[in-house]
Amino acid sequence: MTTLPTSVSGPLADVDFAELEKSLQRPRTLINAALDVVVTAMTVLALIPLFSVVWMLAVRGGKKLSLAVLTQLPPAPLEAGGGFGNALLGTLVIVGLAALWTVPFGILNAVYLAQAKPEDRLATGVRFATKVLTGFPSILAGVFAYGAVVLLTGGFSALAGAVAISILMLPVVVLTAEDAIRAVPARMKEAAAGMGATEAQTVWMVLLPTALPGILTGVMLAVARAAGETAPLIFTALFSNYWLSSHGQIHLMQPTASLAVLIYNFAGMPFDNQIELAWAAALVLVLIVLALNIAGQALSRRLPE
Amino acid sequence: MAEAVSVAQEPSSAQRFADAAFRRLCQLCAAAALALVVFIVLRIAISAAPALSDYGPGFLTGTTWDPNKGRYAILPEIWGTLYTSILALVLGTLFGVAAALFLAEGFLGEFVYQLLKAPGLHLHPLWSKLPARAEDALRNLVELLAAIPSVVYGLWGLFVVIPTVRPFCNWLYAHLGWIPFFSTSLAGPGVLPAVLVLSIMILPTITAIGRQALVSVPSKLRMASYGLGATRWETIIGVLLPTASRGIFGGVVLAFGRALGETMALAMLVGNANQIRLSLFSPANTLAALLANNFPEAGPRQVAVLMYAALVLLAITLVVNVAGALLVQRAAARTEGAQ
Repeated sequence: MTTLPTSVSGPLADVDFAELEKSLQRPRTLINAALDVVVTAMTVLALIPLFSVVWMLAVRGGKKLSLAVLTQLPPAPLEAGGGFGNALLGTLVIVGLAALWTVPFGILNAVYLAQAKPEDRLATGVRFATKVLTGFPSILAGVFAYGAVVLLTGGFSALAGAVAISILMLPVVVLTAEDAIRAVPARMKEAAAGMGATEAQTVWMVLLPTALPGILTGVMLAVARAAGETAPLIFTALFSNYWLSSHGQIHLMQPTASLAVLIYNFAGMPFDNQIELAWAAALVLVLIVLALNIAGQALSRRLPE
Repeated sequence: MAEAVSVAQEPSSAQRFADAAFRRLCQLCAAAALALVVFIVLRIAISAAPALSDYGPGFLTGTTWDPNKGRYAILPEIWGTLYTSILALVLGTLFGVAAALFLAEGFLGEFVYQLLKAPGLHLHPLWSKLPARAEDALRNLVELLAAIPSVVYGLWGLFVVIPTVRPFCNWLYAHLGWIPFFSTSLAGPGVLPAVLVLSIMILPTITAIGRQALVSVPSKLRMASYGLGATRWETIIGVLLPTASRGIFGGVVLAFGRALGETMALAMLVGNANQIRLSLFSPANTLAALLANNFPEAGPRQVAVLMYAALVLLAITLVVNVAGALLVQRAAARTEGAQ
């Protein structure tokens, strides 16, 4: 605390120092302090849902969670026990299938975009198309897959679900991979070119290895987003009460269960057991999504400057 | 070792061929990505064509949805989509911009700094990092809101939000029922729970873009304002918000696009009632929820009708998203120019 001088001579004689003191009695400072409080309160209020969701998941989902729940088939109405093993497997298969073609396709697109000259019209078009896909409602990805795959093959299937999901993954993979490749220092590219490397060699031996952490971050984020998506799966992969594989065969052309659709279906049922299972499935789904997000962020922190 | 082997050498013809093939492959992929987006739009449009010619523009203005009589129209769904999205946007913008200011102005860091200053730890090599760490943690928490799948929000809305708000809503209905917004009781799912959950889901978008816009305001403007003796909030309201307004607005428009297309939370919480009501407590329906609920059991005829509804949703979100992206881009170009 500094005390203000009470009397001054010279050019400052006219200044009223009491006027300069910060005091809550003045409207200006009072409003300032009040708005500080308001904004703090609003931010805390905005975070309450997050804590509420996490709390409910931990309490209601954690109560039901067990190894049996992760490995058993969904129960019939009024039946006790059961689990969502087939839905967990279904989510992994659908997302894996989607990643299988989206990741290479997306990275090749990113290479093209990162290497394209500024006046390249195709690159401008692709960049615009990718931005459009970023804001594409997830339900419309499902509508497209329904029209393009379900109607064509005559039934709901894991494949149709994967097609729908891959449309939502693509922009995330392309945009983050392009950024990562562009972030590779130009001197490394020039050194490769100076040694007589072709463009393909530069991409494979210099750009992609250097940009790998950034590209993987994008893949993780895309997979995390895909795993949580429900809307595109409701009428493409539909749901199933049985395992994806039987007699040693995997049926990709059959209706397939997924965690997200299981939560949606079970949340609306009037049976306590199903609702408890929905909470447990939600906990597992959030844990998967969070693990992928955290892994992605940890990777991006190791990006070269 | 008669002569040194040079590492640098001209590419062999095989390497040249591989290079050309790889470049062509990349180009092909880019063309395929562009074609994919065109194909998506065309696929939906072509599937909608039969319904488009059967129902025409009357589809957008009628209010009947009756599969038994084969009469379809989606005005209630368009109304529900816009009504819930706009209300969620108002709430989300208020709280989202507040959170963006809280993050951009380093309120939390300052608070932690003051806490550390009391025991004299603010210059300690380890403890002094705490304010910045706390800021990072808070930013990650807000981003976490965006990472939670929408179906989980729907579940939470069903079992937490609806039971929590129901007493308040029914009190409002009983005492202030003459106000159109409170003119029905909340039986379960309805507009208000859907709006609350929707606003939580779009808040991270507004906060992230708003924070970016606020942080990129040139610091000389902020310094000049403080130098003239303005308080923090005089600076925020008079200088920071107007300068960052375009970027913030772009974020709001992008969030609007998200809200329009959001499906699961609404399908679970809005009540799926085909009606146009002003009341916040009555059930309603949205385009996305209509698609989610009707597609699994749709016959060939209804599929065309639903494709038409999907086309309408696509058109609305496309316009909003492109506008939002352009606004954010232009705002970024402007602040870069100022620096």
